Amino acid sequence: MTTPVTPARSSRARTWILGLGPLVILAGLVALFLRFGPLGVFRAAFPPVEELTIERVLFPTEDLIEVRVVNGGPQAVTVSQVMVDEAYWMFQIRPGATIPRLGRATVTLAYPWVAGEPLEIKLVSSTGLTFAEEVAVATESPRPDARYFSTFTLLGVYAGVVPVFLGLLWYPFLRGVSRRWMHFFLSLTVGLLIFLAVDALHEALETAARVPAAFQGVGLVALGTLGAILALVAVGRWLRAHGRGGDARRERLSLAYLIALGIGLHNLGEGLAIGAAYAIGEIALGAFLVIGFAIHNTTEGFGIVAPVAQERPAVAQLALMGALAGVPTILGTWIGGFTYSPILATAFLALGAGAILQVVYEIGRLIARETEAGWGAWASVTNAAGLVLGLVIMYSTALLVVA
Amino acid sequence: MEDHGRNSLSLSRRSWLKISAGLASLFGGAALFGARSQGRYRQAATPEALGIHPSMTVGEVDTSRFDPLAYLSEFDYGRATKLADGRTLREYTLIAVDTRIEVASGVYFDAMTYNGRVPGPTIRCTEGDLLRVHFTNAARHAHTVHFHGTHPPEMDGLFPQLRPGESFTYEFEARPFGLHLYHCHVMPLKRHIHKGLYGVFIIDPPKPRPPARELVMVMNGFDTNYDGENEVYAVNTVAFHYQKHPIPVKVGEPIRVYLANLTEFDPVNSLHLHAAMFRLYRTGTDLEHYELTDTVLMCQGERHILEFTLERPGLHLFHAHQSEFAELGWLGFFDAQTAESMAGAQHGPHRAA
Repeated sequence: MTTPVTPARSSRARTWILGLGPLVILAGLVALFLRFGPLGVFRAAFPPVEELTIERVLFPTEDLIEVRVVNGGPQAVTVSQVMVDEAYWMFQIRPGATIPRLGRATVTLAYPWVAGEPLEIKLVSSTGLTFAEEVAVATESPRPDARYFSTFTLLGVYAGVVPVFLGLLWYPFLRGVSRRWMHFFLSLTVGLLIFLAVDALHEALETAARVPAAFQGVGLVALGTLGAILALVAVGRWLRAHGRGGDARRERLSLAYLIALGIGLHNLGEGLAIGAAYAIGEIALGAFLVIGFAIHNTTEGFGIVAPVAQERPAVAQLALMGALAGVPTILGTWIGGFTYSPILATAFLALGAGAILQVVYEIGRLIARETEAGWGAWASVTNAAGLVLGLVIMYSTALLVVA
Repeated sequence: MEDHGRNSLSLSRRSWLKISAGLASLFGGAALFGARSQGRYRQAATPEALGIHPSMTVGEVDTSRFDPLAYLSEFDYGRATKLADGRTLREYTLIAVDTRIEVASGVYFDAMTYNGRVPGPTIRCTEGDLLRVHFTNAARHAHTVHFHGTHPPEMDGLFPQLRPGESFTYEFEARPFGLHLYHCHVMPLKRHIHKGLYGVFIIDPPKPRPPARELVMVMNGFDTNYDGENEVYAVNTVAFHYQKHPIPVKVGEPIRVYLANLTEFDPVNSLHLHAAMFRLYRTGTDLEHYELTDTVLMCQGERHILEFTLERPGLHLFHAHQSEFAELGWLGFFDAQTAESMAGAQHGPHRAA
């Protein structure tokens, strides 16, 4: 029976041709445009649009400034001169003064900056356009040495690890409550998580605004958020299909791990922001800030432990979950403190938002399945109250964080 | 890593040596000048030793089309002929053209110019001469030439406004003697002037001023990003040019500076001379000096004649006393030389290349 194969094959080939045809034609058109340059007409008619973004201003020593620049515009830009506080200053630029599209460069100046005072860097391009960045407070930039590594680690431990583990201490309490109250606390967790997801999305979009246009910050947020949700949903589904299906204990356990992972990604983004803000002198490691983060993030530990409280997981497993959720904060403060980039921060925050939203969906499913009312369970007074209370707790504890 | 040629910090060490003398004086390091003339200067002048950091543009401009050093002493006396009544007729040609100029190394500015340069040629004549200025507009917008001085209103350069391709001849008698200006008077005035349509117009007194080393200096600025503020300030267009290339003068020779302010956006500009005082002739319309000073403040369109001599060899800084303008390019040096200092200068660190 070989005859049916041939028509199937030929029809498949036909599908491929039909699918790829437009791409081939597009490639041909692009080649034609590049070869014969009909775009040249437009090019001559408009003044060049240049776009440079100063990603970061570093102060490595007391008389040195380093400026990291990205070209997010449509064409190459040449940095011809540099001003510091309305004065031209001699500089060096690597790898070259002409920065290609999507390219990067580092400008170095010997400048006696004054610690604790604001400062403005202005790059002047060959066409006379200027690209400025204001530094709120000039302060010596962290070097990747032992002192700063320990500072950032401590910052991460205070803001992420300690609070999460504190939250896990609710485990014995949660173990003793009835199913109805358990659902209340799970709803409360959903409230906490929704707040975190919205917060992460907001941060992601805010950071996206600082991403050079060519890198499409908002598109990155959509990609990261939806990508994380869909990837995690698919993984969860695959695990259920291939794992020991129907094992409620394992499912709750894996849910707890997913929550920990989602919160971990969120905390990575948070760590990035804290590290970067600290590195550029925008925040001091004040007691108030640490207390604020501690109280705010303690709720995260509660969120992890709530779904598994009645399954009596091993202490080692709880510790692992805590580490999964909390330790990324440290990683975040390192990355943020030493090599912050808005693109990276946007990506991590978007991933975090997606991961958390996926967890919200999973907990919702869990409550719905354990209740006769199904998804209607959310209309019950205790669950609705729990969710709102979760939001309120996050809102009020967030007031303590003034970073 | 590609060192951006002249941008290299290590290379610029040499420039540091070159400019540090000036910076020293800018920050009151008069003692260093003494040290320099006694040959100790060289050791002291490293930026590390001085703790001085270089405020300056990086690199050099292309001087093949406009050389600020040459501009200082380029006077256009026109095509002179004697008229029947004994007067001198002087004919000049001005052509408005759009040109891209370099206002700091690597920073290009789409200028409107007379004769392809900013400032336009320095028109010079003697009081009583009959002037004919043949003006052609070869640019993309309407332009005129408005002269300061006394002349009939129809020769004032307000009307006619010449559209691209049109020509007009301005004819009037040169008076009174003094330091005057010419510039375009088509709206939007601010843009037409700041884009470069201006030049210096010198009417000498019938009995010439005593001989001197004569230098024309136009204080100007360029708003390269069109935000209503100048990104570049200079005398004669190029930021820091006379800092990188000090103006060579002789010790003891009379120096006469024709100084005009054509800065836009900022109401006033100024000149401050270091280590010497100058006699100020306001608008140059009187042969008696107005005052002896080292700083003069000038409104937009004001111009004065400055006369002085430099008594000792060495670099004499001059700059706007608005520090902001100075640090954005309006800063330069006179390099006063004697026969000996010129001979010794071959080894001196301050010499311009």
